[in-house]
Parts: sequence; structure tokens; C-alpha cells
Amino acid sequence: MGLSRHSTKAGAVDPGLTIHRQTSNEKIIALAGNPNVGKSTIFNNLTGMHQHTGNWPGKTVLNAQGRYRAFGQSWTLVDIPGTYSLMAHSAEEEVARNFLCFGKPDAIAVVCDASCLERNLNLVLQTMEISSRVVLCVNLMDEASKKGIHVDPKVLSESLGIPVVTTVARDKKSLEALTDAIRQATDLPEISGPPVLYPKPIEDALSLLTPVLSEKTDGTLNPRWLALRLLDEDASLTKELTSRLGPSFLEDSVLQNACSDARELLRKEGIPPGTLQDEITAALVRQAEALCQKAVRYDRPPYQFRDWKLDRLLTGRLVGYPAMILLLAFLLWLTITGANFPSQVLSALLFRGQDLLSGLFLRAGAPDWLHNMLVLGVYRVVAWVVSVMLPPMAIFFPLFTLLEDVGYLPRLAYNLDKPFQCCHACGKQALCMAMGFGCNAAGVTGCRIIDSPRERLLAILTNSFVPCNGRFPTLIALITIFFAGAAGSIRSSVLSALLLTLAILLGIGMTFFVTWLLSVTLLRGVPSAFTLELPPYRKPQVGSILIRSIFDRTLFVLGRAAAVAVPAGFLIWIMANASFGGQSLLALSAGWLDPFARLLGLDGVILIAFLLGFPANEIVMPIILMAYLAQGTLAETENLASMKLLLLSHGWTIQTAVSTILFSLFHWPCSTTLLTIHKETKSLRYTLLAALLPTAVGVLLCMLFTGICRLF
Amino acid sequence: MEPSCNLSQLCPGERAEVLRLRTAGTMRRRLMDLGLIEHTEVVCLGKSPSGDPSAYLIRGAAIAIRARDSRQILIKIKPT
Repeated sequence: MGLSRHSTKAGAVDPGLTIHRQTSNEKIIALAGNPNVGKSTIFNNLTGMHQHTGNWPGKTVLNAQGRYRAFGQSWTLVDIPGTYSLMAHSAEEEVARNFLCFGKPDAIAVVCDASCLERNLNLVLQTMEISSRVVLCVNLMDEASKKGIHVDPKVLSESLGIPVVTTVARDKKSLEALTDAIRQATDLPEISGPPVLYPKPIEDALSLLTPVLSEKTDGTLNPRWLALRLLDEDASLTKELTSRLGPSFLEDSVLQNACSDARELLRKEGIPPGTLQDEITAALVRQAEALCQKAVRYDRPPYQFRDWKLDRLLTGRLVGYPAMILLLAFLLWLTITGANFPSQVLSALLFRGQDLLSGLFLRAGAPDWLHNMLVLGVYRVVAWVVSVMLPPMAIFFPLFTLLEDVGYLPRLAYNLDKPFQCCHACGKQALCMAMGFGCNAAGVTGCRIIDSPRERLLAILTNSFVPCNGRFPTLIALITIFFAGAAGSIRSSVLSALLLTLAILLGIGMTFFVTWLLSVTLLRGVPSAFTLELPPYRKPQVGSILIRSIFDRTLFVLGRAAAVAVPAGFLIWIMANASFGGQSLLALSAGWLDPFARLLGLDGVILIAFLLGFPANEIVMPIILMAYLAQGTLAETENLASMKLLLLSHGWTIQTAVSTILFSLFHWPCSTTLLTIHKETKSLRYTLLAALLPTAVGVLLCMLFTGICRLF
Repeated sequence: MEPSCNLSQLCPGERAEVLRLRTAGTMRRRLMDLGLIEHTEVVCLGKSPSGDPSAYLIRGAAIAIRARDSRQILIKIKPT
């Protein structure tokens, strides 16, 4: 659900290292930390931006940058992906490490979770090995003190030799100390004493290699850190060094000799290649442990089995899955019932607006065709999109964000890992799938949280099998009209919600099936390493959820839909009115597509609507209605009852409705999603496959369903 | 000393001490980054609805690990 105004605004998010300084004395500050420690919240509160936040690890997969002013100058803050380590085991770690090493930040603020400081300190120590200009920001102090965990920043600061501040990221005032500490850190020397001392053999090996590197790098990189990585034969860093400093850097004979001497020394001391990293990591972990023994005090044993209470329900053996489905159904029911009334009010308002507009056109003496085109064509489509889409989105997005904020999404991945494992995929795909409910394009980008390229590709290719928010209105409208009886009653809204849940479950089931199919054919392989952090449930920030989800997401997605609806309205109107041999272009093309569409249980108009809906799925239903209207029978479609009449008068049956629902669930992804897939996979073949797969499934299912219906 | 067993055999609510990681490669790195080294204490928090993966408390954080990986983690169960 990361699609928002800011996440798509050009320049707000940058995968690389290009930082645009506005003035020469502007300082660049990197914001690092473990996943899910509130980095993005700190980022937002300092810069006033709206980077997406939520209670699950892996939201920030790109470097985002923003500015704040303090102490009479401008500071650029770069929010780098959350990582546990900088030893580059995953794409995110690589992005993070590259920025810290080569992005030349003036200081690095490492954000830590106070409740889980010990593990977080591992990253702090690793960061300090790269640069000494580090600020430790112990965040989420409020949560920690509730759990009886007390962190002493003074002891930490003295032991580490860096500024340490404690913050409550949601409270903007507590961030003043952070900006002050950041300023202090920029004045620290870039390289000071080593933060971690390793066992003697490693230190001996380092002392052979460090002086050589110190001379070669000339202060651009920390020689001790570089020596450690070279001894460790860090392939990803070697590649990076070669591309940045040229192949001659590593091929230098003095360096090569020093390297082999140092490795020989390690081997003699019983640290053969391959075990060095174990020794390094263990030393880091033990150092963090020792630091915490001094600086952290527990009133009671920290996280306990009893804190798992809620999870015994939500991830319980018997209740886990039913709870998941009930929660989904409940969300949808709230959305459908809640949207009903405002939808009616909005459409009444907007159609009164249409009358007003018509009056204006008449009084201005505008020609008939102009009035028809702009008011009956463009305005009506936009009005439909707004009145049908806005209320459900304004309810669904905040509800979903709420779940995200509370921390339910990782549980979803936890619950669904086994089925995904059976499909030789990764449980984190469930997170991408959940993001897909908001927007498939966002879901595709979110697939970066999956480390294995094969599993990421599986997740990308199957993301559009779950309906995005743009398809919900079509599904809800059709379900309500054809299956749930009169809109408005509790019974009908419950029925609608259940049927919509069923449709979504079908989509999820198909995701599993296609993932499995791909993993036994094109993308064969075994499941890779999987660990998933399940963060503690957090009290949601209701106010900011409302603001964020309404202004950033709802209005943004709505704006995008309306922007597409305007030209589509034009096009449809022209197609309906430009005649060619006595028949309108629309009727001609619909007639041409009709035979094939009939096979799917649709008609030519519906198929055209899906084709024209390629830029945005939201406009499929409005196009269908417009096309029918242009063929001229009914004039008003302001409520579902008259919509039903219109559809029935064009030969719709329950079977047409089911086929349309099926096709809406499974057809080509919208253009934005496909572009995103291309950007993520950098492959035309996979992009085409991503379009082909759901289309094939949709066509097959529709044909099968229609065939079966015809038998009876 | 009690006979050693592996992490996948730990039942919800039980605690244990890590003796050795038999995994290699990425998984080994990942687990060690999470602080899972020798002598680390782990508590089994629960199992997911389908029985796999399970959640473990490792240095203050709840981490889900699949059975095929946790079988490679040798432990000594501590008396409760």
C-alpha cells in the first residue's frame, strides 16, 4: 500500500546515491537502523514529508531523502532501508552499505529500538567501523519504559564515544535533541579508534593489511573496515569497489600480497576462510551484549511468553486462518456498509452538478455536441468515478493502514508462509499480496523485501492476481446489484461482503496455484533462507493514519483515476458519436469483438471497457455504462437500481455478471503496474508474462464457466 | 548435561540455549545477524496455524524460523 503522492513524486525517492545539495554548506545525514524501529517516522517528523510508515519490517526499500532546517542551515536527511547488518547479504543491505560507504554522508544517525537494544547495537557497531561520525538514537523509549526497560544514554555514550539521544519518534519535541546530536557528530573526526576489538589472530591479520589500505585509499574509506571486508572476501563489496575505483585498485600487487599474507596468518591460527565472518559476527554480538549489560536495566524479564497472548489467537492453530478470513470479511463489510450512504449523497450532489452544468452550457449558447461531449461524456464519467470510488476508498484505506500500524501484516506472512513454502515461494509474498490490495504497482515494488531473486520474481508475476482498490468498486457494484438484493439492508451488505471475500479468496487461491505452476516450470528452485521478524503490536496513531490515508493515498489514487477518466470520457464519447458507414465506431468495434467476448460470457462493450481501462481499472465500469448510455436507452445512472435496469436492458444476466467479476479479477494488470514490473525486472519477457498469466487464467475461467452454464 | 536436540523440537513456552548452528551460507549469516550465536537463549513463542514456521524470542525480538532451518540449530533445553 505504498502508493501515495510522495512515493511516486519524481525525486522524492531515489534508488541511487545522487544527493542534490541546494547549497554548498548543506550537510548530508544518513538515517540507518534495523527494520521497523521507527526510522521513517523520525524522517517524516524531521522533514515534514510523508514517507510511508507502518508496523512491519521492510517498508522502506529505497533511499528516500528530505530536508530540514536547523542551526541556520539546511540538512538533507537520507532514509536508507532498514537492515540488521552491513555485510550485504541482501539487496537492502547492499543499498544501505553503499550509501554509508560511498555516499559520503556528513554524519550517520543510527536509530535503535529501545526494547530490543542488544540486537540493534550490532548495526551501530558495524556502522561505527565505517565512520566515527555516528549518532545513536534510541527510539521508542515510551514503549520500552512500559515494558519496564530502562536505557541509560550516558553509559552508552561514554562506552561508545559517540553522542547518544533517546527519543519518542511520535513526539516531535523529543527530536530536538537528535538534531543537536547530529550537529555535534558532524564535528567528530571521521576515523577514530576501533569500536570493536576482534580475537588476536584477526587483529594481527588486520595489522598486516590496514597500513597498505590506509595508503591506497587516502582517507576516502576506513582502511580497517575495508581490510576486514577484504579478508572476509565480501563478493558484493569487491564488485562495488571494482566499479567505483577501477579494477586496478584490487589488482595491485602490494595489496594482493598483503592480503594473502594475512589470510595465511589466519589459516595458521585456526581461522580458515569461511569461518572468519562467524568470528566477526560473534565478536560484534558479544560486544553488544556487554554494552547492554552496562546500559540497560530491566524491571522484569523483558519480552515474555505472555506477550504472545494476542498471537495465540491471531496465529493460533485452530483460529488463525478463520480469524484472517473473518477480519478480511469484516473490513470489506465495514467498507461496503460505510460507503453506501455517502456514495448516494455524493452521486446525488454530483448529478445535481450535472444539471447545473447543463444549464450553464444552455445559457451560454454552447453547441449541442460540446454540451454532450463535456457534460454527458466527460463529466458524467468523472462523477461516477468519484461517487463510487471515493467513499469505499476513504474507508478501506484507513482501515487497512490501521491494521498495518498495529502490526498485523507480518502475522499474515507468518500464517501464510507454509502454503507459500509448498509453492516453493516465500511467506513474505503475503506482504506484497496485502500491499496489492491497495495497488498492484505498489505491491510489485514491495516485492523487494524478498531476498531471493527467484522468489521475488514469483511474487512480482503473481501480484495482480489479487484485486487492487481500483477493481473493488466494480466488484462491489456488480455483487450488490446481482447477488445481494436490495442495497441498504444489513442482510444484503453482509452477503455482499461475504461474496467479495470469496472473490478475493479466489484471487488468493489463484496466486498460490500460479506461483506453484511457475515454480515447477519456468522458475524452478527450492525455497531460500527465510526469517521474519514479528514486531510487538503497537497502539496505532489514529490521527496520523486518517491524514495519511485520506490525503496521501485516497485523494492521490482518486486523482489518478479521475485524470484517466477525463480522456477516456472523451474517447468513449467520440467513439460513440463518430459514425462510420451508419454505425458508431463504438458499436462497430464492440460488434467486432462481440463473438470472442460471447465465448467468455461477456459482450463486446465489456471487453472494450477492459481494453480501454488499461490505464486504470477504476474506469472499466463507467466505460461500460457510458457505452450503453451512448447507445441510448436510459439517461440516469445515479443509483445502483437504475444501473441494474441499464445492464439488464443490455442483455446482462447473472452469468454475465459472474463472468465480468471473474474477468475483472483476472486480466492484464493496468499500465502503471506493467511499467513498474518492467522497472523491477528489467525484462520485457517477464513483463509480457506478467500480463499474459492473469489474462490466460481469466479467459480460461470465463470460458469454462460460460461453457458449464450453457450445458444446463 | 541433558542430551542435545534441535530448535524445531522446542515446544511453545520452553526455553533453551543454542549450542551450535549447523546451517551454512545465507541462513547462517542471517541467524547470526539476529544475534543467534552459541550460548544465546531462545524461547519458543508459538507455532503458526499450519505448524510451520515457528516464532522464537531471540534477544528481545520475535523471529519466525522455518522448521527446515530450525532443525539445523542444536540446543540444550533449559528446565522451566
